[in-house]
Amino acid sequence: MTNPLAGSYAPASADGEPVLALRGVSKRFGAVQALSDVELEVHPGEVVALVGDNGAGKSTVVKAIAGVHPIDDGQMEWEGRAVTVHRPQDSQHLGIATVYQDLALADNLDVVANLFLGREITTYGTLDEVAMEKRAQELLDTLSIRIPSVRIPVASLSGGQRQVVAIARSLIGDPKVVILDEPTAALGVEQTAQVLDLVERLRERGLGVILISHNMADVSAVADTVAVLRLGRNNGTFPMRGTTQETIIAAITGATDNAVTRRAARTPRSEGEV
Amino acid sequence: MSTPPTPPSGSPDPSGPLGEFNPLEPPPGIDPTPGAAVAPPVDPRLLVRQEGLRGYLDEFKRKVRGGELGSLPVVIGLIVIWLIFSLKNSQYFTAANAEFIAYYMVGLGMLATGLVFVLLLGEIDLSVGSVSGLAAAIYAVLSVTHHWNAWLAVVITLLSGMVIGGLQGWIFAKIGVPAFVVTLAGFLAWQGVMLWLLGSTGTINLEPKALNALFSGNSFFLGGQIFGAYLLAIIATVGFGASLFLQQRRRKAAGVPSRPTGELIARTVLLAIPVFLVAWILNKATGVPNNLVIFLALLVICDFVLRRTTYGRKVFSVGGNIEASRRAGISVPMVRISVYAISGTFAALGGLAIAATTNAAGQAGADPNNLMMAIAAAVIGGTSLFGGRGRVWSALLGIMVIESINAGLFMLGLTLDIQYMITGGVLLAAVIVDSLSRRTQKSSGRA
Ligand SMILES: Nc1ncnc2c1ncn2[C@@H]1O[C@H](COP(=O)(O)OP(=O)(O)OP(=O)(O)O)[C@@H](O)[C@H]1O
Ligand SMILES: [Mg+2]
Repeated sequence: MTNPLAGSYAPASADGEPVLALRGVSKRFGAVQALSDVELEVHPGEVVALVGDNGAGKSTVVKAIAGVHPIDDGQMEWEGRAVTVHRPQDSQHLGIATVYQDLALADNLDVVANLFLGREITTYGTLDEVAMEKRAQELLDTLSIRIPSVRIPVASLSGGQRQVVAIARSLIGDPKVVILDEPTAALGVEQTAQVLDLVERLRERGLGVILISHNMADVSAVADTVAVLRLGRNNGTFPMRGTTQETIIAAITGATDNAVTRRAARTPRSEGEV
Repeated sequence: MSTPPTPPSGSPDPSGPLGEFNPLEPPPGIDPTPGAAVAPPVDPRLLVRQEGLRGYLDEFKRKVRGGELGSLPVVIGLIVIWLIFSLKNSQYFTAANAEFIAYYMVGLGMLATGLVFVLLLGEIDLSVGSVSGLAAAIYAVLSVTHHWNAWLAVVITLLSGMVIGGLQGWIFAKIGVPAFVVTLAGFLAWQGVMLWLLGSTGTINLEPKALNALFSGNSFFLGGQIFGAYLLAIIATVGFGASLFLQQRRRKAAGVPSRPTGELIARTVLLAIPVFLVAWILNKATGVPNNLVIFLALLVICDFVLRRTTYGRKVFSVGGNIEASRRAGISVPMVRISVYAISGTFAALGGLAIAATTNAAGQAGADPNNLMMAIAAAVIGGTSLFGGRGRVWSALLGIMVIESINAGLFMLGLTLDIQYMITGGVLLAAVIVDSLSRRTQKSSGRA
């Protein structure tokens, strides 16, 4: 199995072609218009922080990209090509690794089984537990993750330990883009620092990273670009360098609307209230 | 970028034995975490087993407290059952009775084996009893009424079971009808089909051919020679021991933790004792029934499939967390459909085995008591009703309990009413143990 972090790409500048882009993406859940006309670009070697208040639609963006909730409208582009993602497998095959906010680990399986779920190492059609355990141990060691044993069920891990297992799981494949939905929310000080370090290493290796976080300190520590979502719409994209935290917080809370939101606010609503 | 990454100087290399295979070695220019630079202190809570017997005792206590009872309750239950009935009737603890139990448990054991797959998904299949009855009827009609080749009839019968199970699985997985309801409908409908097939006579006598001959009560491994039983015992023990030692060697070679040799020997001996004991007892009677040999072989295969293949891993993961499985790229509907197909196939095979015990396919074939006892067997053996936890061996252990009780009640001359009450009580007890152990597992974070 190839290692996502081996090999050294040149950290690409954000000017090149985006590896992943959303163009005018909309998503509806029954009566809830969770996303409308959302635009997002991620370049190789770029960390994009996706921020917004609770319910802004960040996790929905993640699930749309990952193929958990296919989009209703709009376009997803991968390395310049338009692609359709209907199922989680589709996005995995493209090279997108996702760590969900609701971690999605199988509690009854042990750490090794969870890390390799869906892409087990096999020899002659049978599971190669030894190879998987060895790789799992190595990966966890390098992430400085301390868990009682790689052979205990995930159910008996703490929230933070489960989080790192979920992150490690995303790195087992060969991703080009890694999406982390609030990866540090449940973590202690040291583990948070390690996850942020990890994000930087991913960037150094030329991967695109989408990082969702409510913690502005985390965001300003690692992000290159900040994309703000508000009520399911874009509310500005800012380069981290040269933008104050106040500007971003104002965009999150809606104190400053950008042109798009203002225009949108003027036009549609009336249609609904016939 | 072209300079190879160097470990931070002045501190022990945190990557240790990884050498150049360190994916997360910080590239130049990035400060290593302070935490990573210091050799991580050993966490006192890590699960390190103490040396020697003491360590095993501690681990055992920890597991029991954590609700991981495994097959312990069954083994204790079996011994209690044997003790009670032996005290009540001197004929109970005899080789002949052991032979009786070993032979009659196979049909239901096969139903229970299919059910283990279904239970691992956290679902239920209420149709297995009816499907087994229907299968016997299909076989009887094809081979006796229409004089088809017996082996061909067997194949068609097993395929019918597979299709029936797969159909139920499809309705459950693709249309989204709860499995409980789909298989409850099957429970009635397949019984109806069976009655229709058997027609006015109601019973079709079978000829001792093909699988039916192997499943019959006077077919023994190697003709019931003393040597036959011991050969099986030797194969089981050597196979088990060899796989343990092979695994230990591979793990040592790869540098991952492995069990000490003493433990491997202990485990092998622990298996050898009951295996040779059973061989000795069955030899005192008439030998190892062939249906038991087939049953055990199937259990070995199923155990392998569940624990050593990606398919088995999928079954466990869907039983543990459907959403996680879906996101991991597992096709949940395919797993569900295939598991119900497996359950249907085992039901059909079990039906043939049950029919062979009376040499006839009749209306009693779909006895609803069979369904209850098969479910009870799987659960009593330690497979959880809540999905994701269990082993196929629980079908064997569970059916031994059930059949030991049945044989005892039969000897005491107790009537059907009492039998039903006791079987129901045992099933309830097993489910309660399962629920309680799940509760302790939850509170100790292992559910
Ligand atoms: N499966 C679903 N069914 C119906 N509505 C949904 C579903 N998932 C999300 N929503 C709705 O979509 C909106 C956006 O939710 P989302 O989870 O994307 O928010 P978020 O930005 O990730 O919030 P948080 O910061 O709390 O994680 C919410 O109004 C939510 O109720
Ligand atoms: Mg969210």
